[in-house]
Amino acid sequence: MADESRHQELETTEAPASAEPAASPPVPEAAEASGNRVLSALRGILLPALALLAAFAVGAIIIIVTDFDLLGQWGSDPIGAIGASWSSVMRTYGALLRGSIGDPGALFSALFSADWEALRRAFGPLSETIVSATPLILTGLSVALAFRVGLFNIGAEGQLYLGSLFAVIAGFTFVGMPWFIHLPIAVAAGFLGGAVWGFIPGLLKARTGAHEVIVTIMLNFVSYNLINWALKTEFVQREGRPDPISKIVEPSAVIPPLIDGLRAHWGIVIALLAAVGVWWLLFRSTKGFEFRAVGFNPRAARYAGMSISWATVLSMVTAGGLAGLAGAAVILGGSGTLSPGFSPGYGFDGIVVALVGATRPLGVVAAAFLFGALRAGATPMQAATGTPIDIVVVIQALVIMFIAAPALVRAIFRIRAERRMGSEVFAKGWGS
Amino acid sequence: MTAAPAAPVMTRAERRLRTRQRILGVVYLLLAVGMVLAFGVSVGGDASSSFGLTAPTAPIALPNLVVPSATTAYLLAAVVAFAGAVQLTRGFGTRWAVVLGLVAFAFVFAFLTWVAAGQSMNLTGLLETTVQRSVPIAFGALSGVLCERAGVVNIAIEGMLLSGAFVSAVVASAFDNPWLGMLAAILVGGLLAALLAVLAIRYRVDQIIAGFFINILVAGLTAFLSVRLLQPYQNELNTPERLGPIAIPFLSDIPVLGPVLFRHNIFVYLLFGLIIVIHLGLFYTRWGLRVRAVGEHPKAADTVGVNVYWVRYSNVIMGGMVAGLGGAFFTIGSTGGFEREMTAGRGYIGLAAMIFGGWNPIGGFLAALVFGFADAIQSRLSILSIAIPSEFLLMVPYVVTIIVVAGLVGRARAPAADGKPYVKE
Repeated sequence: MADESRHQELETTEAPASAEPAASPPVPEAAEASGNRVLSALRGILLPALALLAAFAVGAIIIIVTDFDLLGQWGSDPIGAIGASWSSVMRTYGALLRGSIGDPGALFSALFSADWEALRRAFGPLSETIVSATPLILTGLSVALAFRVGLFNIGAEGQLYLGSLFAVIAGFTFVGMPWFIHLPIAVAAGFLGGAVWGFIPGLLKARTGAHEVIVTIMLNFVSYNLINWALKTEFVQREGRPDPISKIVEPSAVIPPLIDGLRAHWGIVIALLAAVGVWWLLFRSTKGFEFRAVGFNPRAARYAGMSISWATVLSMVTAGGLAGLAGAAVILGGSGTLSPGFSPGYGFDGIVVALVGATRPLGVVAAAFLFGALRAGATPMQAATGTPIDIVVVIQALVIMFIAAPALVRAIFRIRAERRMGSEVFAKGWGS
Repeated sequence: MTAAPAAPVMTRAERRLRTRQRILGVVYLLLAVGMVLAFGVSVGGDASSSFGLTAPTAPIALPNLVVPSATTAYLLAAVVAFAGAVQLTRGFGTRWAVVLGLVAFAFVFAFLTWVAAGQSMNLTGLLETTVQRSVPIAFGALSGVLCERAGVVNIAIEGMLLSGAFVSAVVASAFDNPWLGMLAAILVGGLLAALLAVLAIRYRVDQIIAGFFINILVAGLTAFLSVRLLQPYQNELNTPERLGPIAIPFLSDIPVLGPVLFRHNIFVYLLFGLIIVIHLGLFYTRWGLRVRAVGEHPKAADTVGVNVYWVRYSNVIMGGMVAGLGGAFFTIGSTGGFEREMTAGRGYIGLAAMIFGGWNPIGGFLAALVFGFADAIQSRLSILSIAIPSEFLLMVPYVVTIIVVAGLVGRARAPAADGKPYVKE
């Protein structure tokens, strides 16, 4: 990742690499015109954009080759098949777009009609995008924060579930509180739930060296079962319901909608504030400097007197808490009740979001809106065209591949390599 | 100078070891107390547990093993308490692992006696299920051993298992031939592994991210294809013929051991064969020496003329084929039809088994048996009527994995160059 500033800040702690030719004298940043910064920012967007393009292209191929009717046509009428394939893909992606952003025509006419009902309907898709982006920002931040410390948090999904459980319990247990006390308590409970679930892999990693990837994945499975069990206990299960579903949270613990009648809620503000908080933590605080130093070069960090164990535990607790917040936001801002499998994989999407956002808070927010749009558009797309929702997962996987292998994207689009090609490796085997 | 003559000072590592030993001792003691309370006091004094050792149809019948429930629990608890006391005071030195195994065995047996109190439980059936449940895990561990001994971390085993399960079901149904399905699963596993290898070796993508990418790609694709193809063409594409069990003559008639080991389908025998071949290959042939050299110190291997990239590519692809074969077990070797996400983390558990088994094929298999046992207990207990919610039983394999990884990873040693890309100068 071409994160120049990070390289420079940590240059001093970096052990001199073996005789690599990378040591072309660093160009003094200040001397270069500010126009150059725009250029480099554009460059930062270029690769993700191309990765996305490539992923959608491969996704289109998958849509075409899994359509038996189309495949038959290729044999009899290849020219017609090209046309039919094109229109099939366009129909699918068009439905995806309409489901996530809305119909541009309808948006415009609604804006000028000043008809409340039309406006609400036109902005419905955008509101859905915000609804999906809210947890994605938080899980993306969770994964990104752990990445910065050199940890791969695949457990955001489980942390999200634990957070939602804690939040919903806090939401229905306290009765008769004013909202400005109750809501923060419920949200904080969500953070706490996720933090507990992040604490376990953090502690195990720090104390015993157990690899966080395995532990967090196992904890995901444990959390699904834990939720299923909890939802059947007398304390949590809604009265008179045979199926696993929780009681409904008190109105005072509900995150209110941004605009009445739309589903987008103030959770997005919580998510954005969290992004600012993570940015401050990582780039403006001493602890964050330690985090990044540990992630960048643990040996040097230890030599500088920083505690790797402490950074590991603390970062995993925070990462878990962020994912827990995502669960709280989904439940308290949405249905107000918990049922198993409510998350369509927000925790796993968070990994894509963190990678596409280059583990920077601003990038994470941008990527979360992008993938939030993808998620929001998927359901209407399936309804309209019959293309299964899961194509979104495939596209996300492909985005990960293209983002993680920038050389691949450069090869496809024939872009020259950048000056500094930092191939970062944080997989340090299972033991350390 | 008046410095006192230094008493034998323990190094930091020794102190840590000592603390660990003591903690272990305390854990044993607590375990013993727990066993007395949970498995001893809670059952009536005259209840007895009966373990069936042979099926009624077996040619050589053994009588059931009947033990008094509470007394057995007290006895086993006493054994554990004794081990704890010794561990706390003297320590077992290098034999601590054996003792740990014994304690675990005592605990599990006490647990089973408690479960079977007042009723009968088929022990042989439990062990048979154990072997079956451990098959995909063992295949996964074997795949991991092949990849990681060559220095490539493969967390894509999960995805390879899932793809093998999917493809074998579809191909076996479409051509009405389970063997073709098996072959297709091997091929698709190898193909995904080739993708992983290109990303990890050629493009030097972080190996964990590359593996994760394959996992969600496969999860997404198989889910997408099941909606798109398997649902409309359920009869044509998702009703594979299953490979039935083959009883090996004579061997399968041995009591207990026969049904447990020699009355399975071809996957189990293939697994046994592969374990032996890969173990011998890795540790007793020139090929194996090269592979291990590449995994430990690629530069040195390169210097003496070993083609590091070739070894890594070929091993990862072989590993993928093994995992693909293991995936086929889920469908044509066991349940028949494909269901989305049917592997449910078995690939990751296979990785844990590989670590637990010390990056060694036989060790990996034995570790897989432990996980398989946890899984089998879980499935058996849900049939018996006991007072544990089924959700907690379902957690057992995952929790055991966490405990094992946390307890042993610090002591196990991975190949030195595991997960590190190699750049030829």
